[in-house]
Amino acid sequence: MAVLAIRRILSLVPVLFVISVVTFLLMHSVPGSPFATEDKPLPPQVKANLEAYYGLDKPLITQYFSYMGNALRGDLGPSYLQRNRSVNQIIRQHLPPSATLGVLALAVALVIGVPIGVLSAVRQNTLTDYVGMFIAIAGVSVPAMTLGPLLIWGFALELGWLPVARWGTWQQAILPAITLGLGSAAVLARLTRASMLQTIHEDFIRTARSKGLTEQRIVTKHALRNALIPVITVIGPLFAALVTGSMVVEQIFAIPGLGRYFVDSVSSRDYPVIMGTTLLYAVVLVISNLVVDLSYHLIDPRMRLENSA
Amino acid sequence: MAGTAKAKRAGIETPARRAFRQLRKNGPATVSAGVLLVLVFVALFAPQIAPHHYAAGDFSANFAAPSSRFPLGADFLGRDMLSRLIYGTRISLSVAFLGAFFAFFVGLIYGVIAGYFGGRLDEIMMRIVDILYAFPGLLFIILLMVAFKTGFGGVATTNPVIRAVGTLDAKLGGVFLIIVGISLTSWVGMARLTRGMTLALRHAEFMTAAKALGASNRRVIFKHLVPAIAGPLVVQVTLSIPGFIGTEAFLSFIGIGATPPTPSWGTMIAEGFSAMRSHPHLAIYPGLALAIVMLAFNFLGDGLRDALDPHSR
Repeated sequence: MAVLAIRRILSLVPVLFVISVVTFLLMHSVPGSPFATEDKPLPPQVKANLEAYYGLDKPLITQYFSYMGNALRGDLGPSYLQRNRSVNQIIRQHLPPSATLGVLALAVALVIGVPIGVLSAVRQNTLTDYVGMFIAIAGVSVPAMTLGPLLIWGFALELGWLPVARWGTWQQAILPAITLGLGSAAVLARLTRASMLQTIHEDFIRTARSKGLTEQRIVTKHALRNALIPVITVIGPLFAALVTGSMVVEQIFAIPGLGRYFVDSVSSRDYPVIMGTTLLYAVVLVISNLVVDLSYHLIDPRMRLENSA
Repeated sequence: MAGTAKAKRAGIETPARRAFRQLRKNGPATVSAGVLLVLVFVALFAPQIAPHHYAAGDFSANFAAPSSRFPLGADFLGRDMLSRLIYGTRISLSVAFLGAFFAFFVGLIYGVIAGYFGGRLDEIMMRIVDILYAFPGLLFIILLMVAFKTGFGGVATTNPVIRAVGTLDAKLGGVFLIIVGISLTSWVGMARLTRGMTLALRHAEFMTAAKALGASNRRVIFKHLVPAIAGPLVVQVTLSIPGFIGTEAFLSFIGIGATPPTPSWGTMIAEGFSAMRSHPHLAIYPGLALAIVMLAFNFLGDGLRDALDPHSR
C-alpha cells in the first residue's frame, strides 16, 4: 500500500510538469500584452520598463524556470492586473467560496443521486425506475445557466423564500449548491443504479436472501455497500469538476469565487494569475484522482489481494 | 447496399433495421428525434419563420411585454425574443452537428490506426492523447478565443493569419472559433474509446477469418472492424453533443463566445439575466430552449444505446 501510494504520487510529477509547460507556452503564444490594449496603448518606453520590471523581456525558458522555482517555494507571483495583490492573496481570498460551494454541491449530488439510483435499481423496470431515470437524464441536460435563473425566479423572486444572490449566510448557499449539484446528482443516480443492478445478481446476495434476511437489510447492508464502490471512485473527479466548473454559478449568484478570476486573467493576459489558477485546478484534479485511487484499495479487499499477489 | 437488399429478399432483419425498430419503441427517444427534426427545420428556414430579423431593435419597445407584434416579448434593445430564439437554433445545432462530425471521424480514424496497427505507433499516439487528455480543455478553448478574437484587450496584431481567422470568425458571429475549439478538444475521448474497442476486437474470430481469406488491411478495417464498433461510437458521440452545446452557451454566457448581436442562447441568458428582477422571462426562455435541445440529444443517445447495445437493460 505504501509503495503503491508513493509510486502514484511520483507519477503526478510529470503530469503537472507537462501541464505547467503547455499552459506557459500557450499563454505566451497568444498575441497581446498584459499592459497595453488596443484602445489604451502605452508609450513604448513605459511598456518596455514594465516588461523589464516583471522580467517579461527575458527569454521564455528563463521566465518559465524562475516562475516555477518561485511556485515550488509557494510564491505564485504578483498579479499584473491588480497591482496591489499577489496571486497567493487572490487564491487565499477567492478559493474558499469556490471550495465551499463545491463541497455543498457534492453533498447535494450524493443526497439526491444515490437514493434515486438505489430505488430505481431495486424496483427495476417499474414506474419508479422509469421516473427515476427520466429525472436523471433531465438532470444531466439542464445546464446551470437554465437552472440558476429558474430557481432564482421561483424561490427568490416569486416565493421570496431565499435570497437572490451574494454569499455569506447559509440561506444564500442553498440555491447555488442545488444549481451546481443537480447535474452531478443525475450522474450519480445513473451510476448507482447500474452498479446496484450488477451487485443484486451476485452470489452473496442470493446467499443473504436464502438466509431469510429482510429485503431492506439485504439492500442496505449487503448490496449497497458493495454497489457504492464505483460511486466512490467518481467522487474525486466529480468534486474537482464542481470546484473548477463553478464559473457560471458564481457569476449568476454573484459569489466571489475563483472562477471569474480565471476567465478575466486569460482575457487580460495576467500571466501569473493564469498560471496560478490553472496549476491550482490541475493539482486539485490530480489529487482528487489520487485520493480516489488509494481509497479504492482501502475499501475493496479484493484489490488489496490482487496487489500483494 | 447489396447486403441489405439480399437480407430483405431473404426476410432477414439487418442489425440497422433491428436497431431502428428498437429505437421507435422507446417513447422519449422517438419524441426527441421528432423535436430535433423540427428544430433542424426551424434552423434551416429561420429567415422565413422568424417574424423579425434577430438584430432589428426598436428602442421604443425595449422590455415590451408579449403581444401580437412580439409573441414572447422584446429584450433590452427592443428586439423580438421569439425571432432571436429561432435564429439561436442555428448556432446551437451547427455547434452540435459540426462538433459531433469532427469528434466522430477524427476520433475514429486516430483510434483505429492506433489500435489496429499497434506497437510503437500505438504507444506514441496514445502518449499524445494522454497529454491532451490531462490538459484542461476549457483553458485551451478560452486561450484560442482570446488569441484570435479581435477586441479582447488584444494589441493590434500584424500577423496576417491571425487577422484572417479573426475576420472570418467575426463574419460568422463569433461561432467559427467556438466550433474549432470544440472540435480540437472533443476527438480525444473518442480516439481513446475507438482504440480500446479496436484492441478488444483485433483478435476476434471474424477479424482473423477475414484476414485468413486474404482481405487487405483496408478491407478488414472498413468492412469488418468499423461496422462492428460504429454502434457504441454513435451512442457516445450523440451523448457528447449536449456537452458541445453547453460549451458554446457557456462561452457566450461569460462573454467570450458569440459576438453580439449574434443570437446565441448563452448570450441571451446573460443579457436577460441582467434584468432578472423585473423581466425574469428574458433569461428563462433561452434557458429553456437550451435545456430542450440538450435533453433531446440525451434522450436520443440513451435510446440509441438501448437499441444498439442489448446488454444495457
